[in-house]
Amino acid sequence: MLSRPQFQRKGDLVRINLEVHERLLLGELLDELEGLLDDPDDPELRRLFPPAYSDRADDEQYRSLVRDQLVSGRSKALATVRETLVGETLDLEQADQWLRALNDMRLVLGTRWDVTEQLDYGKLDLNEPRGRELAVYGYLSWLQEQLVEALQPS
Amino acid sequence: MSTLTAPVEVEVREPEVYDDIEQERPWVVIVWNDPINLMSYVTLVFQKLFGFSLQKATRLMLQVHNDGKAVVSSGNREKSELDVARLHAHGLWATMQQD
Repeated sequence: MLSRPQFQRKGDLVRINLEVHERLLLGELLDELEGLLDDPDDPELRRLFPPAYSDRADDEQYRSLVRDQLVSGRSKALATVRETLVGETLDLEQADQWLRALNDMRLVLGTRWDVTEQLDYGKLDLNEPRGRELAVYGYLSWLQEQLVEALQPS
Repeated sequence: MSTLTAPVEVEVREPEVYDDIEQERPWVVIVWNDPINLMSYVTLVFQKLFGFSLQKATRLMLQVHNDGKAVVSSGNREKSELDVARLHAHGLWATMQQD
C-alpha cells in the first residue's frame, strides 16, 4: 500500500515520491504529448487550445496572436518534467510546470475518450485501449490532486 | 510560469473611431464547467492568476461546477484577451464576451 503522498511540500521544495514504473509511465506520456504538439490542430488537442470568442473572425485573430505562445508554454512544461523526472525534489516553479503538464496529459486523454464526470473506474475493461488509457487518466487525476495539495498556498 | 505577453493589438486591429460606445462596453471573461479539470486545480489556478483568496477562488470554482459557468474577470478587450490566454495556458475552458 502507498504510505505517503506522491508529492510532499518541504518549505520551498516539493519532494517527489514516485516509483520507477510511475516515472517510466510519465516519460511515455511526455513522449506522446510532445509528438501531438507538433500539430496543434490535432482534434485531440482541442481542449488545450479552446476558442476565446464565439465570433469566428475574432477567434481566428486571437489564435494567431496566442497560439505560438500557448504551444511553447506547453512544450516548456513538458521539457521541465522530462529534466526533473528522475530527480528527488522540485522547486515551486518546476512543480507548477509539472502541474500544468499533468493537466495537459489529462485533457488529451479525457478528450480522446470523451470523459464525463460520471466515469466509473470499476467498469473499465483493461483489455481494451479505452480502459487502459482511462485507468492512466485516473492515475494522473490522483497524482495531480496530490500535487495541487502540495502547492496549495498555506 | 506563463511566458505570455499582452497581445499587440495595434498591428492587427484597425481602430474603430466611430464605434466609441461599442468599445466602452466592458468585456467579461467566463470559465465554463468541464468534466476533466479537477475542482482543486481550478481553485488553485484562480488563486494564482487573479490573486483571489482561497475562499473567493473556491466560491467561483463552485459556481462554475454548479451553474456551468462563472465570470472571473472583466475589463477592456486587451486585458480580457490576456486573461483568457492565461486561463487557456492552464487548460481551463475560458471565453470572453461583451457584457
